[in-house]
Amino acid sequence: MPINNEEFRPKIVAFCCNWCSYAGADLAGSSRLAYPADVKIIRVPCSCRVNPMFILRAFEKGADGVIMCGCHPGDCHYSTGNYYARRRMTLLFSMLDYIGVEQGRTRVEWVSAAEGVKFSTTMNEFVEKIRSLGKNVRLEDLRCRN
Amino acid sequence: MQRIGVFVCHCGSNIAATVDVKKVVEVIGMEPGVVYAEDYQYMCSEAGQEKIAAAIKEKNLTGVVVCSCSPRMHETTFRKCAEKAGINPYMVEIANIREQCSWIHKDMEEATKKAVILARAAVAKVNLNTPLQPGESRVTKRALVIGGGIAGIQTALDIADAGYEVDIVEKTPSIGGRMSQLDKTFPTLDCSACILTPKMVDAAAHDKIKIYSYSEVENVSGFVGDFTVDIRKKARYVDMDKCTGCGACQEKCPSKKTPSEFNRGLNTRSAIYTPFAQAIPNVPVIDPNACIKLKTGKCGVCSKVCQAGAIDYEQKDEIITEKYGAIVVATGFDIIKLDNYDEYAYSQSKDVVTSLELERIMNAAGPTKGHLERLSDGKAPKNIVFIQCVGSRCSDNRGKSYCSKICCMYTAKHAMLIRDKYPDTNVTVFYIDVRTPGKNFDEFYRRAVEEYHVNYIKGQVGKVAPQPDGTLMVHGVDLIDGKQIKMEADMVVLAAAIEPDPTVRKLATMLTASIDTNNFLTEAHAKLRPVESPTAGVFLSGVSQGPKDIPETVSQAGAAAVKVVGLLAKDKLLTNPCTAQSDELLCNGCSTCANVCPYGAISYEDKLINDHGIRETRRVAQVNTALCHGCGACTVACPSGAMDLQGFSNRQIIAEVDAICR
Amino acid sequence: MQELITRIKELLADKTVDRAIGWRAGDLGYNPEPAYFNSVEDMDNFVYDGFCGANLSKMMIEAAKLEGKTLVCLKPCDTYSFNQLIKEHRVDREKTYIIGVGCKGKLDPRKLEELGIRGVTTVKGAELEGDCETLKFDTVYGEKECAYSDLMLERCHVCKGKEHKVFDEVIGESKDTSTGDRFDEVAAIEAMSPEEKFAFFQAELSKCIRCNACRNACPACSCRKCVFDSNKFDSAQKANTVSFEEKMFHIIRAFHVAGRCTDCGECSRVCPQGIPLHLFNRKFIKDINEFYGEYQAGEDTESKAPLTNFTFDDVEPSIVGERG
Repeated sequence: MPINNEEFRPKIVAFCCNWCSYAGADLAGSSRLAYPADVKIIRVPCSCRVNPMFILRAFEKGADGVIMCGCHPGDCHYSTGNYYARRRMTLLFSMLDYIGVEQGRTRVEWVSAAEGVKFSTTMNEFVEKIRSLGKNVRLEDLRCRN
Repeated sequence: MQRIGVFVCHCGSNIAATVDVKKVVEVIGMEPGVVYAEDYQYMCSEAGQEKIAAAIKEKNLTGVVVCSCSPRMHETTFRKCAEKAGINPYMVEIANIREQCSWIHKDMEEATKKAVILARAAVAKVNLNTPLQPGESRVTKRALVIGGGIAGIQTALDIADAGYEVDIVEKTPSIGGRMSQLDKTFPTLDCSACILTPKMVDAAAHDKIKIYSYSEVENVSGFVGDFTVDIRKKARYVDMDKCTGCGACQEKCPSKKTPSEFNRGLNTRSAIYTPFAQAIPNVPVIDPNACIKLKTGKCGVCSKVCQAGAIDYEQKDEIITEKYGAIVVATGFDIIKLDNYDEYAYSQSKDVVTSLELERIMNAAGPTKGHLERLSDGKAPKNIVFIQCVGSRCSDNRGKSYCSKICCMYTAKHAMLIRDKYPDTNVTVFYIDVRTPGKNFDEFYRRAVEEYHVNYIKGQVGKVAPQPDGTLMVHGVDLIDGKQIKMEADMVVLAAAIEPDPTVRKLATMLTASIDTNNFLTEAHAKLRPVESPTAGVFLSGVSQGPKDIPETVSQAGAAAVKVVGLLAKDKLLTNPCTAQSDELLCNGCSTCANVCPYGAISYEDKLINDHGIRETRRVAQVNTALCHGCGACTVACPSGAMDLQGFSNRQIIAEVDAICR
Repeated sequence: MQELITRIKELLADKTVDRAIGWRAGDLGYNPEPAYFNSVEDMDNFVYDGFCGANLSKMMIEAAKLEGKTLVCLKPCDTYSFNQLIKEHRVDREKTYIIGVGCKGKLDPRKLEELGIRGVTTVKGAELEGDCETLKFDTVYGEKECAYSDLMLERCHVCKGKEHKVFDEVIGESKDTSTGDRFDEVAAIEAMSPEEKFAFFQAELSKCIRCNACRNACPACSCRKCVFDSNKFDSAQKANTVSFEEKMFHIIRAFHVAGRCTDCGECSRVCPQGIPLHLFNRKFIKDINEFYGEYQAGEDTESKAPLTNFTFDDVEPSIVGERG
């Protein structure tokens, strides 16, 4: 499929925990379950490593969507990491919504190492959502636009 | 500034077919900090690794980026390679351009572009990497095996024979597990008890093995090499040291109405009981829910008849705390509940039984003394129908998606044994597929068909309807002839799916061992590390990892034991250097980090700090790197950014974010 | 006020405390400022009236490092902040002597402008005597007057109550000046469309000059070194030129104090640009209350903070979209 330069190609950052979601992404890969190349994964040990500053930073630098994936509640490799992450992200997303950032630019999904299909489906959905939302103009730092 | 070398792997055509590797080399070579870039067919091969090592030496590299498969696959390989070539192994980062790029994208231009971005992110990270040194931790030379079935017994025996202490924790009153409930075993048809009980005796007699029966793991803390486990020894109400196992108490116990767990509820047992005659330890337990004395305070018959004076109604649960270097999970399985399969009339008719119940019926020590009879009227069945895949290979949510693996073989065994002992009985098996891979397995199945004339019908049964005359009408379909079948049976046997023992979920949480959607424990690698959990120091044995039969279970048990022995043979372990670290100058001493640490790795101390000339005593966080697992929860909880994670530092992750969004 | 001054002098004189933290008169009748009083003589320009809005609890972080005991005057709402600081090991209760001072609502001199009261020379009615209903001003344009509550800070209209949560003694009467629900403002914004919300915050935050007054006044924002000043996140020393910087700063600032902010309102009180910064913190408080159960930071010194706590059944982040 040739790339149409006119088409909006969002920048999407996906934070994936090493133990479940990153492995889920690997499984999606080894099962050849495609999702758009717009998604770039950053490996973190656990979803609780994801600092809200990283997410805002991504938006500042021009990301159009940020998704965080972790182990399912109860399955965290570190027992409790995703519980803290869940509260942090809930509050952060609510705040972003409150200041007028479009809902849907941020997402959290719990993806286990066995859920290659879910990983791929989630990423396809998320990219679709971001494409429909268009470019992130409310959070980017204009100086970072290129 | 680092001097970074980038090595782009073709992975044969796995990467190179979709990613223009030459282009990646060309573009990434212009990235700041990158002084060398090359591509090669197989970077993980010896020749590939030699290329990396040579470049490190010749180009004086301080950092390495390998663009290849997932770091979960070869990160360790490349780290070792870098270390051999003289740089710190943690100066290596992997850009995953296979699983997360070439394998999921088709368009070459697009995939190449993404590969470059992923490589850039890795370069940006390596630019901020610092050499890390692993710490050391000690190894407690003792193993814990959770579960005393054949898997646990075999693992324990193998570990003990290698010279290490091993404890077995078994939740029921006796070791032996599911295998002790079986009558005969396939494909040789030898008696289960005859091959199992000697092993039980060996385990009990072994001077390196300690058995905690009627006990459960209550809490697990610590980490590989140094686990601390609380074991709850449930009150038996019988003094194990005094009891002689004479059995008088069980005989005289007036409360005899409790369904026998061992016989799958097909008959009853007394309130004071040993599950079966060959139980080890041969010491009964009192079931507090059935015992009249414990419930009402009146009775005490067992105490009166016990000549050894072993009965102790005052006995309490006891918590034993032990240290272990390794833990093996061998919690085994149970069969699924059949509530979702009402069409087979399991709850309506006593003559619809599960295969495990049939094992008890066929067993000489079972509820019918080994006579094949209908549980409703005690008559010998003339027509028996076996229904396969009840809850296995299920596409909806009623049952399990997986194949339970053992049912085809045990059904062939049952069918054969019945036809052998009761030649007048007609045996029909409804199956979806007959799956009999394994040494001498298919031959075994064919014998059932060819020599014993068991009637195999490919097709599922839709309904089992109890008739007024006590028989069962089986409504099925023959897929080969394409015909509806109605068949009268006087006994129906369901090959119910097996599932991991329900206790494994709680246990997995305690062990922080991962578990799949079916509650089977996940292996560290499905093919290459099948007996290890991703959680270091936790090993898997038996069906807790996935469906398997006895020969497979025993081989896996041995494999797990070897892994345990390999661990216990070490005096010290190197710890993960990617741990949290607190910057004393920035620490507020607020304890927020300690409040979220799951390992209790953070403590506080009052320390004299010299903060740019200001000397004062401050309360600051200290991380015990032997306890820290490197999750990073503290780093986000810390408002001042004093807490950072080595190997995944704030600046490293931000550099990756920036590189991706650039 | 006289009772308070007499008592502080007593405590200084008998060496129960080595110093006191309170307010001293400013150059105008309505701008007192926080100050240390090291001796009985220092107490001459001590003042406590309706204009003493500053929350002095944060000053105890530094005071706790000094030799001996420090007296601090805390209004009812300030005691929450002090409790929170105890919880975070930032202050030393043993080295603190807390006088809970009475409060009948604090005044915002900036509102004089709004009410058209200019050139004030003297103020009457802010002495916290009686019911505090009317304020009278002598101005260069003649006498003016207004209702006490018209000049009150926003935070006092949603007063947390007249009870001191921690003290050694209480001097003076307090009054609950609450007239509305503190989450009304937040709820009004929540009801806006995304475009309206964005426009509202864009307009407010674009006023920010990054003077850090909010950060300096906030008792929860008490890090030895702020992440925005350190090199830990590559977030320091950025120019204050375009839109995002302020958003990042204020969101992260609010996030860092989420679950720790007592809603004392100092951020909004001290903002020279009049940005209603409390709207960020109060949004987090409202969410925390709704998602994880009512929680008031500083109510006690033991409870687990919402962000260092969890339950298995916590709401998922998707709730943000689902509740509309």
